[in-house]
Amino acid sequence: MSRQGNVSLRGVAVAYGPIRVFDRLDLEVAQSEFLVLLGPSGCGKSTLLNAIAGLTEIDDGEIWIGDRNVTWLEPKDRGIAMVFQSYALYPRMDVRANLSFGLKVARTPRAEIERRVRTASEMLQIADLLDRRPAELSGGQRQRVAIGRALVRDAGVFLFDEPLSNLDAQLRSELRVEIKRLHQRLGATMIYVTHDQIEALTLADRIAVMKDRTFQQIGSPQEIYQRPVNRFVATFVGSPAMNFVQGHIAPTTDGPVFRSASLRLPLPTYPFANASIDERPVELGIRPEHVIVAPEAAHAHEVCVEMSEPMGSDLLAWTRLGDLPLSVRLPAETKLTPGDRLRILLPEHRFSLFDLASGARL
Amino acid sequence: MSGTTLIPRGRPPGKLSPARMGLYAFLAICALFFLTPLYVMLVTSLKAMPEIRQGYILAWPSAPSLAAWGKAWFSACTGLSCNGIRVGFVNSLRIMVPSVIVSITVGAITGYALSFWRPRGAVVLFGVLIAVAFIPYQVFIYPLVRIFSHLGLNNSVPGIVLIHTIFGLPTMTLIFRNHFAALPEELFKAARVDGAGFWRIFGAIMLPMALPIIVVAVILQVTGIWNDFIFGLVFAGRANLPMTVQLNNIVNSTQGEREYNVEMAATLLTATVPLVVYFVSGRWFVRGIAAGAVKG
Amino acid sequence: MRIGSRLAAHIALAPALLIALVAYCGAMSWTIWISFTNSRMLPSSVFVGLRQYSSLVANERWQVSVTNIAIFGLLFISLALMLGFLLAALIDQRVRGENLLRSVFLYPFSMSFIVTGLAWRWLLDPTFGIEKVMRDLGLAGFHFDWIVRPERAIYTLVAAAVWHAAGLVMAIMLAGLRGVDPELWKATRVDGIPTWRVYLFIIVPLLRGSFATAIILLATSVARLYDLSVAMTNGGPGIASEVPAKFVMDHLFDRGNVGLATAAATTMLITVVAVIAPLLYWQQSRPGARRTA
Repeated sequence: MSRQGNVSLRGVAVAYGPIRVFDRLDLEVAQSEFLVLLGPSGCGKSTLLNAIAGLTEIDDGEIWIGDRNVTWLEPKDRGIAMVFQSYALYPRMDVRANLSFGLKVARTPRAEIERRVRTASEMLQIADLLDRRPAELSGGQRQRVAIGRALVRDAGVFLFDEPLSNLDAQLRSELRVEIKRLHQRLGATMIYVTHDQIEALTLADRIAVMKDRTFQQIGSPQEIYQRPVNRFVATFVGSPAMNFVQGHIAPTTDGPVFRSASLRLPLPTYPFANASIDERPVELGIRPEHVIVAPEAAHAHEVCVEMSEPMGSDLLAWTRLGDLPLSVRLPAETKLTPGDRLRILLPEHRFSLFDLASGARL
Repeated sequence: MSGTTLIPRGRPPGKLSPARMGLYAFLAICALFFLTPLYVMLVTSLKAMPEIRQGYILAWPSAPSLAAWGKAWFSACTGLSCNGIRVGFVNSLRIMVPSVIVSITVGAITGYALSFWRPRGAVVLFGVLIAVAFIPYQVFIYPLVRIFSHLGLNNSVPGIVLIHTIFGLPTMTLIFRNHFAALPEELFKAARVDGAGFWRIFGAIMLPMALPIIVVAVILQVTGIWNDFIFGLVFAGRANLPMTVQLNNIVNSTQGEREYNVEMAATLLTATVPLVVYFVSGRWFVRGIAAGAVKG
Repeated sequence: MRIGSRLAAHIALAPALLIALVAYCGAMSWTIWISFTNSRMLPSSVFVGLRQYSSLVANERWQVSVTNIAIFGLLFISLALMLGFLLAALIDQRVRGENLLRSVFLYPFSMSFIVTGLAWRWLLDPTFGIEKVMRDLGLAGFHFDWIVRPERAIYTLVAAAVWHAAGLVMAIMLAGLRGVDPELWKATRVDGIPTWRVYLFIIVPLLRGSFATAIILLATSVARLYDLSVAMTNGGPGIASEVPAKFVMDHLFDRGNVGLATAAATTMLITVVAVIAPLLYWQQSRPGARRTA
């Protein structure tokens, strides 16, 4: 089984009858990279994963894994392994049989099967469960077995289809860490589908944000988080959500300026994509944790606290800047009552400006 | 003296109210209605002919005897020969066993192929199968007789096995297809990623999961095929006539003196196998009805 | 699906496909074709248009068959539905011995129509059966020789068929009743609605799906009525209890008039399609109808 792991999608198109699901998608995944396909339901991420796996036929384009064109190959010949959301363990087989089924199909010698099953079950701490049936296992154990089944295949590319969605929050964070450790240990390429942006941010080397079956942005978690390329990505990634203030930008003699109601924010160093800026309606985005509380600053804005949400590790204050709502992240110990006034600064280098009509970053 | 506590004890009052007694009475009367034919058959088969002629159809035999049963089994006249209905019993077995096996196998494979693999035209095929389930057999029978006679299948056991498979296909396909379609698709995907092909997935994964529906299918087919009359009459051939056909011959084609006790014994003998299946299978029989009823 | 699996799927479906093409579509088309020819003992290829159909309509035995099956169908379906529903509703009242009662009501369904027919024929025998029982009980003038009276014979078939099928209807209705939200019963008790009213006006409409299923199953067996009539009355006395299926079978095999028989079979086909198709459509189009095909 080839352990090559770089995946390349070139001009991939998938259609269901007359409906074009994808049209000419390109994606490059490097060897040993952990790529997350992130997006809301219906954005096409699972379909794309199924296409890479070979479970769905593509109607145009090519898929390459390593130096092989796998576009027409069955899943078993692509050098991939897959972990499913509902674990999909074979109910009438015990764990050992579940793990070895694929190897038996491939006529792997018995000694080799035993070796791989042992290695995988030790790595995932399921070695004492080998004689049990899936029905006797807990959700977390089942998911480990599902991952184990993928591990024994000794594949170059691992595909994960929302594997943690069926688990409760605590198990989810436990297994998330396990998957990351697995990736570090194996060095295999992993393509991971999820709608949970926290999973994406913690696990990924790169994130491909999808919406309506197109890639919105592909980049490192840092890039996606700090410099979202459009309003959708800015809203989808990051919790608590980014603040958005509607207003206008206009070129002035001192440089471009953002205006909204009584708020006036100069933008001397904002890296506009287009050098020439004309007057247009925009949305200014700034994340709650980037709002600086500065009681002593001279040019601070004053906000009025309406409500506060203690979130354990921090406090989220819902405030009003004049008429405009603004959420601000504060240390958990801060004592706030509705009606308090805060003095804050809005650092320009943390702004994200989006065209109001198209949502694209300026 | 401690005060009386207000905790209600015992059965709630009025449990055996007049309405409830009426309910049980009505149900008992219905039960009698349903049991009477069976009782009458049993009782008649245990009497001697004189007693039947003089007596009272509902009376318990004065001297119950299994003589009529022996006669029915060993020497009743079924048309030309008088070897008893045991010939029919054996024939019914010889027809039923292969028919059940073949019809369920074909139905299971067809249901499996239609549920997970869905090749082109699958929907049309399935639609045709369902439609046929409602159409009376008379629409198909004559051409089938002619085709079978051309193929030399007429009046043979393979022929009638094939007929039972043909006419059992809609229901069998339906129940297997519905069973498989209710299984999670990810199971199927995982097996494909593991490299299993069409037959491997069927044998190693799907069939072990289909045991309940196989039991249901067996019950439906055993009962249906054993009770069949029309196909046995047309396709089995004189050497292979099933028990139902022979029974009808005993009763309806006897000239002269009719021996009601023998007739009733033969009837009960014919009813034995399905009754046993019914009582043994219990809840599964009802499940079978539910599965077969899902046609609609 | 790649080549290997696709091929396997097609091979696996080959028997079903073959059966569908030859035994279903082929045989049905051939039957219809023969009905337009002048075949008698063997199929001929002389096309005679609708002559067989006009003979059919003029045929007395056929006319009797059609009348009989209409009477039978209406009575059988309504009585079986009512009795089956009643039994289910009564058993649903948390009666003791439910399993035993269910077994008693359902066992007839496991029996062959031949067995059913012969048992009832004996029971209704004018000389030895019910009539004699009633006479002996003192009802001197009691007549129950329906089975040998031409205008009454068909009703005996109805009785036997209802006995056979009521248990089936009961099983279907019980399953439906068990699916009724128990909160509904609490609500009606609070509102003080009498039980029979609840059943008639609230439960029955809720059980539309079960009724539809039961009606479709019962209707299918009406069209198929053959074994029972052969065993009970053999179409008699005379032709008084002839039914269409028996008409077809008799003319195909005993009377050697294949053309007439296939015309009758085709008529049966058209009738069944005309009756069942709307029923099926209604059942499938209800909100919450089960997903099958």
